[in-house]
Amino acid sequence: MTCLPVKTDKKLGLVIDLDTCVGCQACVTACKGWNDQGYGAPLSDQAPYGAEPSGTFLNRVHSYEVTPADSPAQIINFPRSCLHCDDAPCVTVCPTGASYKRAEDGIVLVNEDACIGCGLCAWACPYGAREMDAAAGVMKKCTLCVDRIYNETLPEADREPACVRTCPIGARHFGDFADPESNVSRLARNRGGIALMPEMGTAPVNRYLPPRRKDVLAASPLAPLLDVSATGLAGWLDRMLGKI
Amino acid sequence: MHPAPSVILFTVLSGLGFGYLAFLGAGLVSASGWAAFALWFLGYALAVGGLLASAFHLGNPQRALRAFSQWRSSWLSREAWASVATLAVLAPVALSDWFGFAWPRAWGVAGAALCLATVFTTSMIYAQMKTVPRWNHWITPLMFQSFALAGGAILAGSRLWAAVLLAGLGGVLAAQWRIGDGRFAAVGATIGSATGLGTIGAVQVFEQPHTGPNYLMREMIHIVGRKHAQKLRVIAFGLLVMAPLAMVLALPPGPLTVALAAAPHLIGALAARWLFFAEAEHVVGLYYGQRGAT
Repeated sequence: MTCLPVKTDKKLGLVIDLDTCVGCQACVTACKGWNDQGYGAPLSDQAPYGAEPSGTFLNRVHSYEVTPADSPAQIINFPRSCLHCDDAPCVTVCPTGASYKRAEDGIVLVNEDACIGCGLCAWACPYGAREMDAAAGVMKKCTLCVDRIYNETLPEADREPACVRTCPIGARHFGDFADPESNVSRLARNRGGIALMPEMGTAPVNRYLPPRRKDVLAASPLAPLLDVSATGLAGWLDRMLGKI
Repeated sequence: MHPAPSVILFTVLSGLGFGYLAFLGAGLVSASGWAAFALWFLGYALAVGGLLASAFHLGNPQRALRAFSQWRSSWLSREAWASVATLAVLAPVALSDWFGFAWPRAWGVAGAALCLATVFTTSMIYAQMKTVPRWNHWITPLMFQSFALAGGAILAGSRLWAAVLLAGLGGVLAAQWRIGDGRFAAVGATIGSATGLGTIGAVQVFEQPHTGPNYLMREMIHIVGRKHAQKLRVIAFGLLVMAPLAMVLALPPGPLTVALAAAPHLIGALAARWLFFAEAEHVVGLYYGQRGAT
């Protein structure tokens, strides 16, 4: 059913820390690896070793150069995946009911057996979170690793999305935003977590932690070492040459 | 947006077909016997042909019937219902015209209203997209109605209706281009607002997330078409509006005039619809730093 639930019991989602993300792409690889083999049609590649490789990914990491008015440019890595929106437009546009948001935990999923591959949900998403799989002809999207987070055959430490589990920096956090004291709620609150493109009316669940302001050194600690005054013969040469 | 041939054919042909069926249903074309059969056949062929073309862009067309299930929330599902309902309601009217039994004309008028409702549902698939500011405006439904009605009037062979509705289409299309050109800026989304990094400073792409194109770029960041957009607009406008208008006004009414006016109109409609997609920019392009490229 593509009408959205009025309220979800949990609001599972991610906090992504733009301050610490180093852009290593490990989350991209882990996501692709896990979703190659578990839930739904595998994420396919087209000509992976050919001249023009292309493939389906549920997570992409952009890199931006941001130049503040008063300090040098900084590089900010920016992972982009499904934000599991409360008012997910990808769900309501779906003509078949394949796209749905779960009332119990708020995860936005695709029932691939009902997906006709019309692509309308991908158009409706402002974040580019959905990609049509060229091999299966069905829409793929982040499942928050629904086949990991409730999977009791996995060790407890692994019951979180593959991208979160693999991040070597700890820049990705998984939790329940409906609980104000959860790790993600506290992180978002304390670090001023932002929602992407709120003007689109999607009410995204995921939050991005903006980069902290970088320190600006008043002067280099090496500056005194540069103030070299020559003495002796070199000093005499320095003074003589300076006069010419 | 990627101007997929199947979707262009679908919206143009079924729009034209339903516009024409509206004229037939309302009884603005009088014919009987096999002449009536030919007229109705053309209308059904255009409408159904367009709907079939739409199936070609589906990844799994064998499940297309499922698209009838979500009419409560989805404009695409509503379109499926509206088109089937329209074709079903108009069927007895067509048979009545063909075999000459007097089915009440009010039934046909209701069918004509359903034709316009169907075109409206098609237009809302695009107009509802907040992510594509050019489409997300009331001018989009008005434009689709203008296309359907003007094309339908040409095929109906009505000089007065065709002249008036073609002039109306010209005005609406010009307005849609003009409004559309300012829509992205009016919405105000930038790479800085989309990433939330604009509060720190000026944002530009340092490195793309992938080295080859992906589904998003092929489907939603189509920039080739914008290169010759202005020239294509002039060509489309001439073929869509000016040429048929000249034919309808200069030539005596008849099947030949209909054909001579409809042929350029159809080509112009295809060109204009191509532009409708190719010129439309999706906000996801902001993340790739690829909007506004000309």
